[in-house]
Amino acid sequence: MELPLIQLVDVYKTFGDNKVLNGTNLTILEGQVTTIIGKSGGGKSVLLKHIIGLMEPDSGKILFRGHSLSEMQKAEKKTFKRKFSYVFQGTALFDSITVFENIALPLKEKTSFKKAKIAGRVREKMDQLDLQGIDQKYPSQLSGGMKKRVALARALVTDPEIVLFDEPTTGLDPIRKNAVHKMISDYQKQFGFTGVVVSHEIPDIFYISQRVAMLEEGRILFEGSPEEIQQTSNSVVQNFIHGLERGHEKISGIESHYQGEKRIKEEIARLQRYHTAFSLIIYTVENLNEINEKLGPMAGLTVIINLGNELQILTPLTDTCYRFGLNKIILLLPNTTEEQAHMLCEKLSEQMKGRDIFGLMPHPGFCFLISASYTEGRKDLSYEEMLLQTHSMQNMFYEFKVC
Amino acid sequence: MWTLVFLMKKTEQNNLAMVTLPVYALGRQTIFLIRELGRIAIFFVKGFLLIFSFPLQISKTIEQIYFIGTKSILVICLTGAFTGMVLGLQGYYTLVKFGAEGMLGAAVALSLIRELGPVLSAIMVIGRAGSAIAAEIGIMRISEQIDALETMDINPLRFLISPRIAAALISFPLLTALFDVIGIFGGYLTGSMLLGIDPGIYLNRVESSVVMKDITGGFYKSLAFAVVVVTICCFQGYYTHKRTEGFGAKGVSLSTTSAVVISSVLVLIVDYVMTSFLI
Repeated sequence: MELPLIQLVDVYKTFGDNKVLNGTNLTILEGQVTTIIGKSGGGKSVLLKHIIGLMEPDSGKILFRGHSLSEMQKAEKKTFKRKFSYVFQGTALFDSITVFENIALPLKEKTSFKKAKIAGRVREKMDQLDLQGIDQKYPSQLSGGMKKRVALARALVTDPEIVLFDEPTTGLDPIRKNAVHKMISDYQKQFGFTGVVVSHEIPDIFYISQRVAMLEEGRILFEGSPEEIQQTSNSVVQNFIHGLERGHEKISGIESHYQGEKRIKEEIARLQRYHTAFSLIIYTVENLNEINEKLGPMAGLTVIINLGNELQILTPLTDTCYRFGLNKIILLLPNTTEEQAHMLCEKLSEQMKGRDIFGLMPHPGFCFLISASYTEGRKDLSYEEMLLQTHSMQNMFYEFKVC
Repeated sequence: MWTLVFLMKKTEQNNLAMVTLPVYALGRQTIFLIRELGRIAIFFVKGFLLIFSFPLQISKTIEQIYFIGTKSILVICLTGAFTGMVLGLQGYYTLVKFGAEGMLGAAVALSLIRELGPVLSAIMVIGRAGSAIAAEIGIMRISEQIDALETMDINPLRFLISPRIAAALISFPLLTALFDVIGIFGGYLTGSMLLGIDPGIYLNRVESSVVMKDITGGFYKSLAFAVVVVTICCFQGYYTHKRTEGFGAKGVSLSTTSAVVISSVLVLIVDYVMTSFLI
């Protein structure tokens, strides 16, 4: 088995009476993005600070390639630290120096590069992060989003092997949020660094993560792939994930799973009371894993967002799209019978075929595979049963390719 | 009966606690104080030794000399001038009673060079730069800027504290010297220009009474005060996050207040101790 890059073994940390880490065990594999989720104030940032050595555990070990951090020689520790970068939740930019000086600081202090080379590297990172024209400004003169990007630029300017992100997108608008996710994902692909991200951006963060760990009451309650966490039967994990989704009315411009659930339940109630028909169409991007593999993890997210937006454009105003899981869009059609849903489904499939709706160029010979299944609401079906039935409607199953 | 025995026992325990508690508190405070002094000493030694680590941080040290030293010149000049002038006035009216007003130059110069110059310069720099140092480092601590330095493998002691220690060690003696000169001139203004002492006598007394030992004594004092002031102010700011009585902005305000109060009191204590050895 591959030796984990970082391992936390039975780590305990207490502040006063507050047990923040209570026997935490976590494995971080090389070259992957691991996302840590959990309640606010649950010790996620403390966990990150233990990994980078800003905090020492009361007991337990933190192993780096099998070597304990506390037993490392000074020189070894120094080499270890140089591989890391940390993006702070509150940016931690030096407010008395300019943006340029902030980004240049790690290079100026820790390398023997000439001024021109440092300036070149800084400008390159600033260009990549869309930070042109602000190099002589001070952090206090920037917006929250810009500060975040400056902090990212500072963290990435040394081309680190391991980057720890402490809520990198908190406080950003959806467009910037996706840009930051894309950047993390692109950089990870380009440089192959190992990323550890503390985030509340569920489900968007799952698209760029290979592993997800949930911290609950100081312990890792769940560790696995994003698909596994979505399917886990652990009620605490499920409640947390859905609870977070509920917090957002819209995720990346499309209404959330929770909003959808609420609306569909309302439609069921209307059907039961006033006999008004309604139908659902569930669109599933079948080859999301393949898309992520070939075009990068953000491609999967882009496909979902663009599919949702496109459906919203092609359908009447009364119909609404909701995100569901990592690869599904639910289209709710009020006052629509099964026959009408069938016709609409067919029409939409035709309209979308061959259109460049994804803003992505598929590889030659590679298509986005999307399936659509539909069903009409029934008085005796609950919300969950209706979703299940829609999924199982094999005879009403459409599959179309966008190549 | 049992209740009575129990009550008596409880009273005995209370009496014992009344005796032991103050001793316990005193012991705890003493241990805390000694530990704190040890931490401050280690903090200074580490910061001082890192001044000489390569590459030398010359530009940062110059920046700090400008902040601690150059920017304090005006306030030192004003304080020095008025201290000298008031010494001239007071000294004249005291000495004139004994017919010894000719000794005014010696009285002003010795008071300034031996005591008032180093002490008042230190106190003024505490107010102007020491408080700012504590606040700046304290804000850097609470906004995680010091943690950020650590994550970049930049030693915060070397980056933040060493240049300030070096700058204080250079600036304090120079500011003290300036204070002394301006003070002597202030004494000359009141003594000679206002009260009519012969300028030649005033300056001659200054020259003849001051010996090298007075100058070196004042110089050592200013160096010691530099160490005390910069260490306490940096230490208070650096460990703002460890304060239990206030967090965030409140923590920074408490750190700044503590830095000013502790370093001012320590300057006077160190002054007394050094004087008793140097005299």
